[in-house]
Amino acid sequence: MTTSVTINGRPCALRADPATPLLYVLRNELRLNGAKFGCGMGQCGACTVILDGKPVFSCVTPLGALEGRSVRTVEGLGSAERPGRLQAAFIKHQAAQCGYCIAGMLTRAQALLERNPHPTEREIRSHMEPNLCRCGTHHRILAAIREAARGDAA
Amino acid sequence: MRILSFARAAAAAGAVMAAALGGLYLWTRPAPLPAAVLPAPPSAAVLAAGARVVALGDCMVCHTAKDGAPYAGGYGLRTPFGTIYSTNITPDPVTGIGSWSAQAFRRALREGVARDGHLLYPAFPYIHYARMSDRDIELAYAYLMSRTPVRAEARRNELMFPLNFRPMLAFWNALYLRPGDARIPARQATPLERGRYLVDTLGHCASCHSGMNPLGGERHPAFQGGNIDGWDAPALTRLAAGSAPWRHEELVDYLRGGLSPAHGAAKGPMRPVTERLAQVPREDVEAIATYLMSIQADGGAAPQQQAQALAARTAALLPGDAGARLFEGACAGCHAAPAPMMRLAGRPGLARSSAVLGASPVNFVQTVLHGVPWEHGSAVYMPPFADTLSDAQVALLAAYIRTGIAGQPAWKDIATTSARVRKENQE
Repeated sequence: MTTSVTINGRPCALRADPATPLLYVLRNELRLNGAKFGCGMGQCGACTVILDGKPVFSCVTPLGALEGRSVRTVEGLGSAERPGRLQAAFIKHQAAQCGYCIAGMLTRAQALLERNPHPTEREIRSHMEPNLCRCGTHHRILAAIREAARGDAA
Repeated sequence: MRILSFARAAAAAGAVMAAALGGLYLWTRPAPLPAAVLPAPPSAAVLAAGARVVALGDCMVCHTAKDGAPYAGGYGLRTPFGTIYSTNITPDPVTGIGSWSAQAFRRALREGVARDGHLLYPAFPYIHYARMSDRDIELAYAYLMSRTPVRAEARRNELMFPLNFRPMLAFWNALYLRPGDARIPARQATPLERGRYLVDTLGHCASCHSGMNPLGGERHPAFQGGNIDGWDAPALTRLAAGSAPWRHEELVDYLRGGLSPAHGAAKGPMRPVTERLAQVPREDVEAIATYLMSIQADGGAAPQQQAQALAARTAALLPGDAGARLFEGACAGCHAAPAPMMRLAGRPGLARSSAVLGASPVNFVQTVLHGVPWEHGSAVYMPPFADTLSDAQVALLAAYIRTGIAGQPAWKDIATTSARVRKENQE
């Protein structure tokens, strides 16, 4: 049995068991190692990806739920050579300390800016609330999102 | 022709009825009461006693908007008749109750009348507060009048015609308001008496747990279950029945802590209620549980073995089923029997979860779609799945958990329920 999913714009036929969480498929089969395993229970946000425009926890997203749907990971937002607008803002503000949460922070923020290009401070904070950073660089993360939000849509 | 004349007759009857009601209202319209100055700050003892009454009366739950100042109102209560916004009950003299005398406050609680004489909507549960003791009303007044005043104009209600015409409420009050009196003792002698007072009067549990008739009155007999804000409020007379009967101590834990290891967490509109009950002395919650256990329909627990047999099934996942695969990928990390969350934190097996055992799938669907959000200081959390699972997938999952894990008869129309809940929560 295969599941057809578009990942970062590329159609993929995935053979993993439909009960497999998307995070494992991304990391182990597709070698997209941006999304991280943090808690495995949808509590920390390190595994966040964009599913049909909305941020979701890929650690509790069964592959079987994804037939015909579209997933974007941090790798889809830009590359080391050509970072996307939001990624460039994160680099500029040195928003990563250990970096473990950053792929999740980027994808969650990206989903917000695509739906709402100029969010208020309150909207940014409430949208980012599910994602945790244990190093405590929240202020740099917020500054980077604010900067990306000041321009046109990222 | 006949239809036309019938319509005309109906219109005429309607006009006569409206005129009669209007006349009745003008004749009986309550008088405005004079403005008063703020009472002197109460003693620490009165303040503490007042805080207890206000917590037991759940005033804050409705009179505080999301992210709003405490007691400043603006919380929207969605009713079948439209949305009613709670008012500001901080002692601000212009937009709150700062100019209300103790007499005006007592009249509002006993008769549903504002200081200026206008009738209050029964979303404010004065039909229950009417039976509060004089002493408790005084304590609540002293407590509320010593809160920080907040200037916050009440939001306009969004009610359908003719319910936006307040004098209509005189008719409603004639049907449903039973006058209170001061004979209620301020201290109830036994836990059972105290519990009845807290459930029927201050806690106004029937407002949600009895359901509403088409006129917006509470259904009788009381506590047979209702709906509030898109959630099912379960029947309180069948807590000891079914495959996961509640025991007294479990109710106390649930009401005080928002979580019963045997039945699940308080969710939706019940959650803030448990947050208030966490602030009152344990004896009050014990009394509530004592009274609730005394109104059980069959008076006894269902056979224990049945519950145990069902709990054992959580271990078995049926392979091959699409709902089972979704469960494995989305839920099993926390809710399967071998999951560390189950072993370490004593989570209830889903076979005993109140949301899974409910007569309708509404509470299950609400929980899956929106999870249990982090709240200040709460240890209970579940991530939302609204953006992960489609309505059809929610239905597959529900069917698997309801029948495969809990061994209950299948729910109907789960996908439709899921679509409706999703839509309502966006509004």
